[in-house]
Amino acid sequence: MIRAPLVKALGALGSPTHQMASRAVRTSAMVAQTPAKAPEKIEVFVDDIPVQVAPGTTVLQAAAQIGVEIPRFCYHERLAVAGNCRMCLVEVEKSPKPVAACAMPVMKGWRIKTNSDLTRKAREGVMEFLLMNHPLDCPICDQGGECDLQDQAMAFGSDRSRFTDINYTGKRAVEDKDIGPLVKTIMTRCIHCTRCVRFASEIAGVDDLGTTGRGNDMQIGTYVEKLFLTELSGNVIDLCPVGALTNKPYSFVARPWEIRKVSSIDVLDAVGSNIVVSTRTNEVLRILPRENEDVNEEWLADKSRFACDGLKRQRLVAPMVRMPNGELQAVEWEGALIAVAKAVKAAGGQIAGISGQLADLEAQVALKDLLNRLGSEVVATEQGFIAGGTDNRANYLLNSTIAGLEEADAVLLVGTNPRYEAPLVNTRLRKAYVHNELQIASIGPKIDLSYDHENLGADAALVKDVCSGAHAFSKVLEGAKKPAIIIGADLLERADGAAIHATVAEYCKKLKKPNWNPFNVLQTNAAQVGALDVGYKAGAQTAVKAQPKVLFLLNADAAKVTREQLPKDCFVVYIGSHGDNGASIADAVLPGAAYTEKQAIYVNTEGRPQQTLPGVSPPGMAREDWKILRALSEVVGKPLPYDNLDELRNRVEDVAPHLTRLGHLEPAGDAGAAGAISKSIGGGPIDLKLKELRDYFMTDAISRASPTMAKCISAVNKQQRENEAKQSVAI
Amino acid sequence: MAAIVRYNLLTKPQIVAALPASLHVQRFQSTQAPPPGTPPPQTKTKFGPLADEDRIFTNLYGRHDWRLKGAMKRGDWYKTKEIVLKGADWIVNEIKTSGLRGRGGAGFPSGMKWSFMNKPGDGRPKYLVVNADEGEPGTCKDREIMRHDPHKLVEGCLIAGRAMGAQAAYIYIRGEFYNEASNMQLAIAEAYQAGLIGKNACGTGYDFDVFMHRGAGAYICGEETALIESLEGKQGKPRLKPPFPADVGVFGCPTTVTNVETVAVAPSICRRGGVWFASFGRTRNSGTKLFNISGHVNRPCTVEEEMSIPLKELIERHCGGVTGGWDNLLGVIPGGSSTPIIPKNVCDDVIMDFDGLIAAQTSLGTAAIIVMDKSTDVIKAIARLISFYKHESCGQCTPCREGIGWMNKIMTRFVKGDAQPAEIDMLWEISKQIEGHTICALGDGAAWPVQGLIRHFRPEIEKRMQLHAKRASN
Amino acid sequence: MLLLSRSIRAIHLAAVFRSGAQMDATKMRKTLKFEFSKDNQRRVKALLAWYPKAEWKGALLPLLDIAQRQQGWLSISAVQAVAETIKIDPMEAFEAAQFYTMFFMKPRGKYVVSVCTSTPCKLRGGDEIFEACKKALNLEHGQTTPDMQFTLKEDYCMGACVNAPVLAVNDDMYEDLDEKSLASILADLRNDKLPPAGPRNGRCASEPKGGLTTLKSEPPPPGYMMQKLPDPKTKKCQ
Repeated sequence: MIRAPLVKALGALGSPTHQMASRAVRTSAMVAQTPAKAPEKIEVFVDDIPVQVAPGTTVLQAAAQIGVEIPRFCYHERLAVAGNCRMCLVEVEKSPKPVAACAMPVMKGWRIKTNSDLTRKAREGVMEFLLMNHPLDCPICDQGGECDLQDQAMAFGSDRSRFTDINYTGKRAVEDKDIGPLVKTIMTRCIHCTRCVRFASEIAGVDDLGTTGRGNDMQIGTYVEKLFLTELSGNVIDLCPVGALTNKPYSFVARPWEIRKVSSIDVLDAVGSNIVVSTRTNEVLRILPRENEDVNEEWLADKSRFACDGLKRQRLVAPMVRMPNGELQAVEWEGALIAVAKAVKAAGGQIAGISGQLADLEAQVALKDLLNRLGSEVVATEQGFIAGGTDNRANYLLNSTIAGLEEADAVLLVGTNPRYEAPLVNTRLRKAYVHNELQIASIGPKIDLSYDHENLGADAALVKDVCSGAHAFSKVLEGAKKPAIIIGADLLERADGAAIHATVAEYCKKLKKPNWNPFNVLQTNAAQVGALDVGYKAGAQTAVKAQPKVLFLLNADAAKVTREQLPKDCFVVYIGSHGDNGASIADAVLPGAAYTEKQAIYVNTEGRPQQTLPGVSPPGMAREDWKILRALSEVVGKPLPYDNLDELRNRVEDVAPHLTRLGHLEPAGDAGAAGAISKSIGGGPIDLKLKELRDYFMTDAISRASPTMAKCISAVNKQQRENEAKQSVAI
Repeated sequence: MAAIVRYNLLTKPQIVAALPASLHVQRFQSTQAPPPGTPPPQTKTKFGPLADEDRIFTNLYGRHDWRLKGAMKRGDWYKTKEIVLKGADWIVNEIKTSGLRGRGGAGFPSGMKWSFMNKPGDGRPKYLVVNADEGEPGTCKDREIMRHDPHKLVEGCLIAGRAMGAQAAYIYIRGEFYNEASNMQLAIAEAYQAGLIGKNACGTGYDFDVFMHRGAGAYICGEETALIESLEGKQGKPRLKPPFPADVGVFGCPTTVTNVETVAVAPSICRRGGVWFASFGRTRNSGTKLFNISGHVNRPCTVEEEMSIPLKELIERHCGGVTGGWDNLLGVIPGGSSTPIIPKNVCDDVIMDFDGLIAAQTSLGTAAIIVMDKSTDVIKAIARLISFYKHESCGQCTPCREGIGWMNKIMTRFVKGDAQPAEIDMLWEISKQIEGHTICALGDGAAWPVQGLIRHFRPEIEKRMQLHAKRASN
Repeated sequence: MLLLSRSIRAIHLAAVFRSGAQMDATKMRKTLKFEFSKDNQRRVKALLAWYPKAEWKGALLPLLDIAQRQQGWLSISAVQAVAETIKIDPMEAFEAAQFYTMFFMKPRGKYVVSVCTSTPCKLRGGDEIFEACKKALNLEHGQTTPDMQFTLKEDYCMGACVNAPVLAVNDDMYEDLDEKSLASILADLRNDKLPPAGPRNGRCASEPKGGLTTLKSEPPPPGYMMQKLPDPKTKKCQ
């Protein structure tokens, strides 16, 4: 699978290749955890400045330690070293020729000259060669303004071209490839750094990209015009140092200097990837990843990156009230709030609230406060969980932490497909698989996780087998230094979910190590952990059971509640951003803000609170969700005691102090719910919602509204049809 | 390709580790007897011709039976058991004494290279890989060994393998050599059958396998790390060094890659003694060597001669002289396509060995001599070589991928004269921008012929440009 | 050696599609399936034994070669079959198949005529030989005759430079050519006869023409000039 079998084969030997390759992939977060007995440092000189570095450090890293940046194209700290662009050549005293700084480990006493004549000449030469066949079509290139080649040509290149053959034979031209609806290719611009190829095979775990042909005719391509379809494909756009791979939906949309950048958080899965939202004239244009070693490193999953066009479609832009003829009609805010208040007052406390996938923490707290003031305690999350298990935070968190998982050496996946439920958790597992000899087994349907793993079977009874220590994989878990069991959140909605949870939690008490909690639940909803933290009950049916007269749906779009389950006269209020499943059954629709339009806290699956920041303002009459609730409380006559975000955050702090320490992780204790163990695991096959790539693209109101995601699904379907037609392929 | 692997590609640590050690020893023991493994000083001053009895490749022309029976009659596999039983140190010492330098082009001292493999093991198997990916224009010496003296190579594998403690040898032969590969394969099969290799090779208790691996058409696979990649079933793209093959080679195991000729002469050296081999050629250039003389000579041929033989004598004695006489000589490419061309006045008294050719600003390479007489369009001849290098560049690293393509474009115009004189200097600079900046030595190999051309034939290029300009203006 | 009967079928099949105005790729995909023949399966098995178990992928090139010999050229399905045999990703096998010049990813002629025009051959008339081939076969570099008998290639160094000019037909090399000997070789090939390989000017191999300058005497017998190997009672290795 991975192209570095050596690396794996030599894992135990600590050969230079292995060290180099792992170093390239390991994050600086890992580097920070240098073992206690640090090996003796060696001294080298970079531009005559002495630097103390660990043995095996490359020239490039040594230079970086004192802030000297060496230009590079092919080198990327998270990918294996290729050393093929030759841009990083530097002079080393007494060496007859310049060395490739990215690949050459320093030796004691080396004097590295990053700005000598020899170095500058070498760089200039390489730059001239790179530009020789590069089309220099910067004015029509989407990479313009954020292009490594442009920047480095300015900094290190020559001031004129000597390529006289432009007047004779011209430059090389390469046919563009169609590799899918997300990544646009202009292959003539390619400088063959192979970052994309290495990303695909090392990080994404798909060997679809490769180099064909040789010499001057070498090209980056896919296997026989196959599409490059993976849940991480967008990252090759960021990795590409030139404009060969660009963002297809974003093509010809904007220049980097025109856009405003806002640091925010992604909410389309429960990872909480850090993002940068690029906006212009109150429009979200694109989303890029932001580096956070603890969460997403510097990657971003395709849904999080490309579903942003869903923010402009299917939006609720005005409050609506259902008329007697059964149609929703747009009204002014005043009318809508009065209509809702009327129903609330008439309900006499028989009110319930359901918080959905994309609800923010502030709105959840406001809704709960409002309902409490109206005499109701019935607030629940749309997604289910085990009954009575929400008291203990450890029960529903990814306790090993996302970054921690890459240190794991044995992992059991129970009813989860991390590849599509949380792609960036899966990259950590893959990283551990490649560099840490991680052994992985899964219980559930057979799936492709992008790394080798053992499928133990789909029967839930296997959980009991493994956790009793009788199963062969139990030995692996028990023998591991850092074992982990990851349960899918959806699995716990089953009737025997509590029993599975309890069995695993009990077993994890046995497996746990100092500073290592092996019990994990992989959440799929960005709102789930926050809601449970502030006291929501789990499961939409909790609200249905109360048979409320008024039901608030806060961003609840998963269609877990149907009109039929509710009393006939139940008044359903939907607060949210998109006209999706929730709005369609509502009697009153109050247009809320999407995650790019509000400052709000979301808590990710490991329990890390992070906040989004508004990049644009909500469309039309839409307002931030908590403000809608605050306004409603005024109309109902039970005003909530906060008038601005700070005051609301103070209230959040009262309820759950750990949730206002943004970015910080509060460790939870052991998992385990009282009384649950008495029930037994019913058995029967475990199923998954997201089994293959096509299931991945549309999982929430925003991605369901996204035309790009729709294109992805049709591309996957088309590819599959072709594959079926081929069976045994030819030509 | 093999021809252009150079010292500068050698492991820095290896040079640091190995060279100073021997120098050190020499310095401090200069008054005493030299340490074991030092070649005896050369006292001769005239080199060549070689007597028939001193030739190693006695069936070079295939006039005798190449199969096991014939080979044994010519002395192959004679007392191999005893040699293998002498052990690794003895063999390495014998090779060191002989002063044998790698015959693939780089000329690294073989004894020292083999001794790198004798570090304490870590449980990984060790491999000997024989580089038979001969494909450099001008070079065709290994082909003769493999088709006419395959047992020399098989036996050499066993002895060299023993010297390194290798458990198997892979002979990587270029795909185009189909019939040569069949001969090799047959010879290997015969040796297995006779118990000479395999389990308990020659009855020594040493287990040693020899496998053949055919390439599929890529000159770059003659570069040692590209060869290793290819042997592992990948594209032949050279690896970054370090780590060096002696640490991480084929299948992740310590590996030494050596040329066919180097391995094939090892048994003879061990039988007749390193001192015998060192008695040929100048100091540091010891031994006998296969020379290929092609191009404009009356009788092109492959011949085994003593190192340090003068070029003129070599051509006159064995090839019937340059066509049209020595005075009709234009220039000579002395060591395969990657070595710079030398003009006639240099050829007159140049000596064919490593040092002699370095002094003439060129290199011995694989000792494949391409002779050009005055009828030659030397620009076209070099342009053809550049188009060869363009075709064979793997495309991995920038200077080689882009630079050679560019040089090829310019050279194509130079052939017609459709260029400005200032572009000659530019071409020189471009070749310098490629040289030493690439991952492997193919870039260097492409740059040197161009540099040789400009160094010695600049007026020729300028003349053609003038001619073209005149024709264009008419 | 060559499993010609099989390859001919493949070639004919390909020829049918080539002669059609449009090559219907999907149709071809369905028709062309690849499976190693019984004989070749045995070869593959024997070959794999030469590589360490975990490194079967080392056998990629030899296996692609076997597949190409069986099919006459290397179709994607053959590449896929090889990849499956040694358990690597098809892209890796595809990359290699595209990298090496001896793999033909398109149907080729029964006789692939490669003429060396590299410098040593050029100096001795390689260009003229290539021109003569072009004229005789009415082909340009890389083209195949409509009857799928000949593919012409201008090639770089075959490694027989002292026997220049050189031409290769499939696996065999024809050396020391002139226009006359070339014509006779091509005539033989036209009659579907593969002439014996080797020099065409009376030489046996790479010796100088018209009389040896070296190796005139009989080779010395075994043990000639053998040095003394002291201590014959060395123990067996290991």
